[in-house]
Amino acid sequence: MSDSKKPDKARRNLVVATSVLGGAVTVGAAAPFVASLLPSERAKAAGAPVEVDISNLPPGELGIYEWRGKPVWVMKRTPKMLQDIKKDDSVVVDPHSTVPQQPEYAKNEFRSIKPEIMVLVGICTHLGCSPTPKLQPDGDMGPEWEGGFYCPCHGSKFDLAGRVYKGVPAPTNLVVPPYKFLSDSTLIIGEDKKEA
Amino acid sequence: MASRLMALWDWFDARMPSVAQEYRKHLAEYYAPKNFNFWYFFGSLAILVLAVQIVSGIFLTMNYKPDAALAFGSVEFIMRDVPGGWIIRYIHSTGASAFFIVVYLHMFRAMLYGSYREPRELLWIFGVLIYLVLMGEAFFGYLLPWGQMSYWGAQVIVNLFGSIPFIGPDVALWIRGDYVISDATLNRFFAFHVVAIPLVLIGLVVAHILALHDVGSNNPDGIEIKKKKDSKGIPLDGIPFHPYYTVKDIVGAVVFVAIFCLILFFTPEMHGYFLEANNFNPADALKTPPHIAPLWYFTPYYSMLRSVPPLFLSQFPGVVVMGMAVMILFLLPWLDRSPVKSIRYRGALYKGALAIFVVVFLILGYLGTEPTNVWGQFGPWLGEADRATVVARICTTLYFLFFILMPWYSKIDKVKPVPERVTM
Repeated sequence: MSDSKKPDKARRNLVVATSVLGGAVTVGAAAPFVASLLPSERAKAAGAPVEVDISNLPPGELGIYEWRGKPVWVMKRTPKMLQDIKKDDSVVVDPHSTVPQQPEYAKNEFRSIKPEIMVLVGICTHLGCSPTPKLQPDGDMGPEWEGGFYCPCHGSKFDLAGRVYKGVPAPTNLVVPPYKFLSDSTLIIGEDKKEA
Repeated sequence: MASRLMALWDWFDARMPSVAQEYRKHLAEYYAPKNFNFWYFFGSLAILVLAVQIVSGIFLTMNYKPDAALAFGSVEFIMRDVPGGWIIRYIHSTGASAFFIVVYLHMFRAMLYGSYREPRELLWIFGVLIYLVLMGEAFFGYLLPWGQMSYWGAQVIVNLFGSIPFIGPDVALWIRGDYVISDATLNRFFAFHVVAIPLVLIGLVVAHILALHDVGSNNPDGIEIKKKKDSKGIPLDGIPFHPYYTVKDIVGAVVFVAIFCLILFFTPEMHGYFLEANNFNPADALKTPPHIAPLWYFTPYYSMLRSVPPLFLSQFPGVVVMGMAVMILFLLPWLDRSPVKSIRYRGALYKGALAIFVVVFLILGYLGTEPTNVWGQFGPWLGEADRATVVARICTTLYFLFFILMPWYSKIDKVKPVPERVTM
């Protein structure tokens, strides 16, 4: 110890340097723990694209497939359904799909690659519940209903293109997953690029 | 024999005198005001419930399996096949609700008597932190039975984080460890619920008690008893915590345990308020239950979340409102500008505001357990809005006004003179 009251500069610098190094080591040591919470390789593999065969799916009926643990809805929409979707333009929040809830190639009138084939992630954009199909225009949804989906959790409504109605809790349209057609009756959900 | 025991104690005391020192400091010579009333049971009861939860939790882990394929079955195994397993499980689930009941009453006591006021701000902050951590503990624990409500409740809460602008989806992915709530999520929630959060909770409880014993307890009169001391430096209105309040707290504990047992043996599910019926169905990722509601202790905040309409195509504002509703509690010591602490000497303004606050909190709590159409719709004059949603919006506004206007109404409120010594 030095006798003077002034702190020894060299010693103090050593204390500071040691503390900084100790802090850096602590932060560095935290990194693998934080990273370990990310999806595992197995989870990533389980999130791989799925192939769906819709040759046996009758028009106007909903097929539910699982991709990344989420329900994906595929439906061959009838010409009447497509007509009804057009009528909804005035009652939905985002009729032209300006919010990027779909790949570029599905940013169109029916939010799909082929107008008649609907592909949607069946998870409400409010808080992640799965809406119930109410495909028929009339029934318990009232006279204005043109067919669509009703979320039982908090009452959000979507039309047959997955567009959200005005005045409901869900803020945005349903998500269109990335997908592509392998043939007329098979499609791959979760992948849209040509390769792989 | 007695002298041998004394000799043994002397041997121990010579080698570790801090045990006797701490005993005196925190029990035998901790002087608490002599006018504690009914409301002062809930601090010690909270410690009792914490102990009950830790013990019952340890025994549950001996049979529970934190695996998405096995979890639901292992809970049913505990309920049906483990000797006395059902009672341990119901102790733990009823204990969770009991914990929140005593904590809410404990916090209300602080609001009645101004126990958060200077010099007890830090004590209050530790208390709010305990409340926050307790919410996390309850949320993580609720996923473990892997029932429908566990699964979809967790889905809703994790998606709250997903709504954070820009980084939300990545944060949600990081919390889940998968693209959906899955085995990875269950396993990590188990680790948080049984190891990480309890450690934090116990640490905060210790800090809370140490902070209390440094500044001393408040009392129903809101008077600092340390201002009037006798020649030995002992507060004139203070009595040693042990034996006076340890014995008093035993009375509270016995009554509490009696009520706890009534619930435990006769209505452990409390008609769906302590354990939701749908949670006796195993989790199903492809089937959403028709009505998702959190357990009762979260419902006031859940109501606020639901009542906020989406803004800029995002439901993040609702999440912010919900978070603010809890965070604003931290500011309470600085929002209250009244010259007196206790409600006994406050005027009609504060009493009225506190009464409205309690009613509003209870209404929000009730609405959060019900679907938004529970009270039907208004007519076309209000766009056929759900009545319950409109009421929830009004209540949410009043909840925040209680805090935001407090600096003003607590200051101009007419107060009564505060006595020099505590009243009995």
